[in-house]
Amino acid sequence: MKYMLLIWNRPGFVEELSEAERNAIFGEVDEIMKELSESGELVGGEALAHPSQARTARPAAGGGTEITDGPFVESKEQFAGYLTVDCETPERAAEIAARWPDVRHGFGVLEVRAVMEQAGTEM
Amino acid sequence: MTSPAVEDLLRTLAPQVLGVLVRRHGQFYACEDAVQEALLAAAVQWPEQGLPDHPRAWLVTVATRRLTDEWRGEHARRAREVAVAVRQPAYATVAPPADEEPPGGDDTLRLLFLCCHPALPVSAQVALTLRAVGGLSTAEIARAYLVPEATMSQRIRRAKQRIEAAGARFTLPSPADRDERLGAVLRVLYLVFNEGYAASSGEALHRAELTAEAIRLARELRRLLPDDGEVAGLLALMLLTDAHRAARTGPDGELVPLAEQDRSRWDRAAIEEGVALVTEALTWSSPGPYQVQAAIAAVHAEAPTAGTTDWPQIVSLYRVLAHLAPNPMVTLNQAVAVAMVDGPRAGLALLEPLDADGRTAGHHRLTAVRAHLLDLAGDRADARAAYLAAARATTSLPERRYLQARAARLAGDGPR
Repeated sequence: MKYMLLIWNRPGFVEELSEAERNAIFGEVDEIMKELSESGELVGGEALAHPSQARTARPAAGGGTEITDGPFVESKEQFAGYLTVDCETPERAAEIAARWPDVRHGFGVLEVRAVMEQAGTEM
Repeated sequence: MTSPAVEDLLRTLAPQVLGVLVRRHGQFYACEDAVQEALLAAAVQWPEQGLPDHPRAWLVTVATRRLTDEWRGEHARRAREVAVAVRQPAYATVAPPADEEPPGGDDTLRLLFLCCHPALPVSAQVALTLRAVGGLSTAEIARAYLVPEATMSQRIRRAKQRIEAAGARFTLPSPADRDERLGAVLRVLYLVFNEGYAASSGEALHRAELTAEAIRLARELRRLLPDDGEVAGLLALMLLTDAHRAARTGPDGELVPLAEQDRSRWDRAAIEEGVALVTEALTWSSPGPYQVQAAIAAVHAEAPTAGTTDWPQIVSLYRVLAHLAPNPMVTLNQAVAVAMVDGPRAGLALLEPLDADGRTAGHHRLTAVRAHLLDLAGDRADARAAYLAAARATTSLPERRYLQARAARLAGDGPR
């Protein structure tokens, strides 16, 4: 079963860390990614550019569409990236999420979402 | 020779060649890699240059050469590292005999048990079985399971490491373990089948091919274990289920429930074979879960219309199944059958304990069955709410679409 782990954190929190802290965090990420690669659970993942670089397409007030600068959601935590894993159980996916440094060090949250399948059986 | 014919031949030969190598050299891990490379080489060369005179011997020779190259390479590396000269190992110079062993089914059986070793998670058992016994390439398996090739490659590598770490041997399980180990093999084949069967028509063919591959391996297993009723039952169940393939989806890819399928589109040859298999097995074998499920599928298959289904017969078969393999998913199906005999309220009553069972509480299948039975009972509002709840809980797009459509039929005074 595939799960997407959505990483939400406070933009710019990395800037406030010392180099040693930053390295420690990147090291933790590397370690998890290595484990997931070796176990054959890692399907993919991407980190996103800073939300200040985002543009949002939306329906315009007077009909049609418009493109505006910045992210759509005005919240303290922003969507920062994701990884997709293929796990035996939902518990395993949640366990991976709980180990992510953003969660462990209080910089953000990870949302675990099951990925829809194209397959299905008649009922 | 055309490529598909070469592919079929390679898949048949794959476990035989691997068996020869593992018996001769041990080292399942290295042998499996070597055979895989030989298969890839054959898949390229044979369609272009024609079949070798002895395809199996060709594969054994090429795979053995890969294996010895690998060993030589390792030795060379070690030699460089420690800067001492090593003599070429004796085993590297041993020329492989042309065709030492007859194509032995025992090897395939041993491989199946090895690949479905209890030290492995199920997903790894599946991947390794498809590669080592099915002769599929990592790329093909990755495409079928919709993951990157690197991911599948790692999964297989890890599985082989675990098998080595567990000290698993290339032997048949002891009589004490046999039933349990065979159960794992049957489960893996059934999972492969279902993965292919559930694939939507819009998906890549690679997934649908899993169904054919599972049936092929089940046939092979039946040939090797003709006295096992559950093996016959599993093959029958696959055939009887696969017989619905053409009727199970509508023109737009939507799921069509059993009761509404156009039965003229069912595969009669598959049904006949499946019915004969399970009927025959049940005369001499003590019934097991696969045989009983196949028998249920056979009752459905033999009804000319949904309305003429022998539901009392199905209810009694589910009672047997619930006794043999107590499982809340069995209770779910049993509830549907009971509803058809004793009315929807009787079916709904059977579902109640499942709300307290951790395996089914909140599961979309439970909610969907409840919706169906409420619908039959004429309780439109509750049925609609349950269909929508099930639609929210499923992770399958076609199932969500089906459940939403059912709910929509019950909205307002729309047609039923």
